[in-house]
Amino acid sequence: MRPRPLHPLAWWVWALTLGAAALRTTNPVLLALLIASAWIVVAARRPHAPWARSFGAFLRFGIAIVVVRIILQMLFGQRLPGHVLLTIPQRDLPSWAAGVTLGGPVTTEAIVAACNEGLQLATLLVCVGAANSLASPYRVLRAVPSVLYELGVVVTVALSFAPQTVTTVAVVRDARRLRGRPSRGLRGLRGMAVPVLEGALERSLELAASMDSRGYGRRGDVPARRRHAGQAATLGGAIAVMIGVFGVLERGAPGVLGIPMVVLGGALLAASLRAASASATRSRYRPDPWRVPEWMTVASGAAALIALVVAGRFGIDGLHPLYSPLRAPTLPVLPAVGVLCASLPAFVTPMLPSDST
Amino acid sequence: MITFEHVTFTYPDAHAPALVDVDLEVDEGEFFLVVGETGAGKSTLLRAVNGLVPHFTGGTLLGTVTVDGVTTRTPPRELADRVGIVGQNPAAGFVADTVEDELAYAMENLGIAPDIMRRRVEDVLDLLGIAALRRRPVSTLSTGEAQRVAIGSVLTASPRVLVLDEPTSALDPGAAEDVLAILTRLVDDLGLTVLLAEHRLERVVQYATRVAVVDAGQRVVAGTPATMMAGAPVAPPVVALARVAGWNPLPLSVRDARRAAHALREHLQLLGPPSGSMPATGDAVAVVSNLAARYGPNEVLHDVDLKIGQGEIVAVMGRNGAGKSTLLRLLCGLARPAHGSIAIGGVAPHELGASALVRKVGLVPPDAGTLLYERTVSDECVVADREHHLPAGTTSATLDRIEPGVDRDRHPRDLSEGQRLALALAVVLAPAPPLVLLDEPTRGLDYSAKARLAILLGELAGMGHAVALATHDVELVAEAATRAIVLADGEIVADGPAREVVCHSPVFAPQVAKILAPAQWLTVAEVKAALAS
Repeated sequence: MRPRPLHPLAWWVWALTLGAAALRTTNPVLLALLIASAWIVVAARRPHAPWARSFGAFLRFGIAIVVVRIILQMLFGQRLPGHVLLTIPQRDLPSWAAGVTLGGPVTTEAIVAACNEGLQLATLLVCVGAANSLASPYRVLRAVPSVLYELGVVVTVALSFAPQTVTTVAVVRDARRLRGRPSRGLRGLRGMAVPVLEGALERSLELAASMDSRGYGRRGDVPARRRHAGQAATLGGAIAVMIGVFGVLERGAPGVLGIPMVVLGGALLAASLRAASASATRSRYRPDPWRVPEWMTVASGAAALIALVVAGRFGIDGLHPLYSPLRAPTLPVLPAVGVLCASLPAFVTPMLPSDST
Repeated sequence: MITFEHVTFTYPDAHAPALVDVDLEVDEGEFFLVVGETGAGKSTLLRAVNGLVPHFTGGTLLGTVTVDGVTTRTPPRELADRVGIVGQNPAAGFVADTVEDELAYAMENLGIAPDIMRRRVEDVLDLLGIAALRRRPVSTLSTGEAQRVAIGSVLTASPRVLVLDEPTSALDPGAAEDVLAILTRLVDDLGLTVLLAEHRLERVVQYATRVAVVDAGQRVVAGTPATMMAGAPVAPPVVALARVAGWNPLPLSVRDARRAAHALREHLQLLGPPSGSMPATGDAVAVVSNLAARYGPNEVLHDVDLKIGQGEIVAVMGRNGAGKSTLLRLLCGLARPAHGSIAIGGVAPHELGASALVRKVGLVPPDAGTLLYERTVSDECVVADREHHLPAGTTSATLDRIEPGVDRDRHPRDLSEGQRLALALAVVLAPAPPLVLLDEPTRGLDYSAKARLAILLGELAGMGHAVALATHDVELVAEAATRAIVLADGEIVADGPAREVVCHSPVFAPQVAKILAPAQWLTVAEVKAALAS
């Protein structure tokens, strides 16, 4: 296969189905397999760009979530019966916090349960992290319909903002040290906030000037009346959908406010999006193609999710380990095979082109 | 191609206009250079060409600016296919994440058909010689590469006018040559109109077809390079030398000057070689031995041995990314060595606390303004005294010695570049550190400010400070440094008296040395003094 980056939306669909699969089990072995699958793919297909380095941060964040979950369980959690590990002195809480207990006996069962639940959340996070480091945020933006382009630009600017702010913070911290001032702690933070914000503001202005000079936001030759009609249709559609949703949810509402309004609003929105897309003046440079590897990537994520859903439907044991009595987690075969499928993109997607050609 | 008619522009809340009654006509295919002292209004003039002034800055613009038949009453985005503009800090204007996408960005906004976009990107990659960078993330580009990609990112929209604000100020001499070669090619081969502002006249004036001078009265006068240089408030060394030697017509390039300099070279030979050897150095202030440093996975410096003595002014030179800034950061304790040792007065700087450090070593970073926090100059001085437990008025007195007459009530951001540098230097010098470091001190400085800086550095050395400066500015090295170090590939490749080191290098030789070679004269002032004696 010719080296090329995979379509960014394929990565996101793959990662989100993997995340959805994680929500269907608390079996730590399955969750660990899910994380391993994501890790393998990231290791194989991560580009050499600054945004691609975020995976490690997501992993660390995941570990932090497990730890925090366990601590919260020890302090406030449900008291599962079982082997008492230690007892935290119980405190009586004021009446407004009735129902919450602070302290009490902590059992091994409770800790294992907390650990598994934390791991589930951490897996979800790692999946999002994988998508983040596999798919270039700029390419994601380019894949969205051009009507939503403005929204996408806000996202890109925000994305480039974070690493640049890190650079500014480093410069300001250096400057403070050169002046012999504290660069850490609360005092350091206070002294740094203003220069960092100033730097960020200056950079944003420079970026905005550069974008404007390169034709960002050109109106082109769409007549004003048509533009206004399009905007009115979008707004009207959104309002109609809102009323419709209200009609569906609120039982006493007249029937005409329900489904018909949703349909009407949806139609208006679709029409305005279509019209706007047709008259959009932007064009796209080398759009990412959607070919067999993209389908395979999406399918591999779907395989994991389907395996877990099917296993759940047919009541296959081991998706949710039992805590009393406490036993080592089992490894159900069907879900495990499904989850392992999710690591296939590491092998079936094209290699990345090298940076220097 | 570009017409200014009676243009007067005033920034919002400004007391005086930034441009007064400018009448200017730039023809198609010109290489038009805008010069002037720091803060004269060069950037304002350039940004008015595509309407960033006043649409982006606010303020009132009287008169009309017309580009290719369209006035700038339309916002800059509607002029994107006519004017390409590259700012002082090109990396700050990047939108996309790879070079190729960045080049296509303007075309996507203009709605150019995909097949044409594809072709133009390839053309521009070849034209600028950046095809090897096409898949690189823009954040990993060096300054010189970023400058070329920024030029490419506006060229793809196929504008008829290219506007550049100080395109070579942050570049080493080699990268600057590359960028200027590209610009002259665009003018000569494609008939593009190039309008640029630059402080480093020695780099660009020989390519210009016309020069406009923005003078102190915010007026603009334009003419041929030779006539304008004859009377301009700023002049490159080649012109200054020609004024001393009385050459007519005025040479603008080293080649022309060498042809005119036969008589002068013979005359100077009779006077003997230029004097001024390395001054005797006192005790070593900084001792670096077997130093190595890493930046991420890369080894930036290795096997560096260096001693800096009292009274020395050491120029650290080398191409962008050679490790100059890293060396300074190590010397002032902002970075830790990966290997080897640094001793400033016997102590490793990175192990000192912040307040002890400032008494040993001071560094002025490239953007001197980052050192300044207070609302007024006098507050800045008072706070510096208090922080370093100095007698009240010390910093203020230091400032007066460096640059007399800085308005104490102004905000540091509103000072001129030269004054801001002076204030930062005063703040750094107040606790009297034996070692003073300057990183790229001449960015944005005009010739007179640079000359004052050179004198000041001499005074500091005379008082026993050791000074080290990292710079691309060979003319400043020629005027100020007693010793020069050239870094390449993480090593010191040359170390010796400044005169010998710079004269032996075709890249780092100042203009006067190139004109008067093989004799090792460095500055116009030296020649002038020798002729007078």
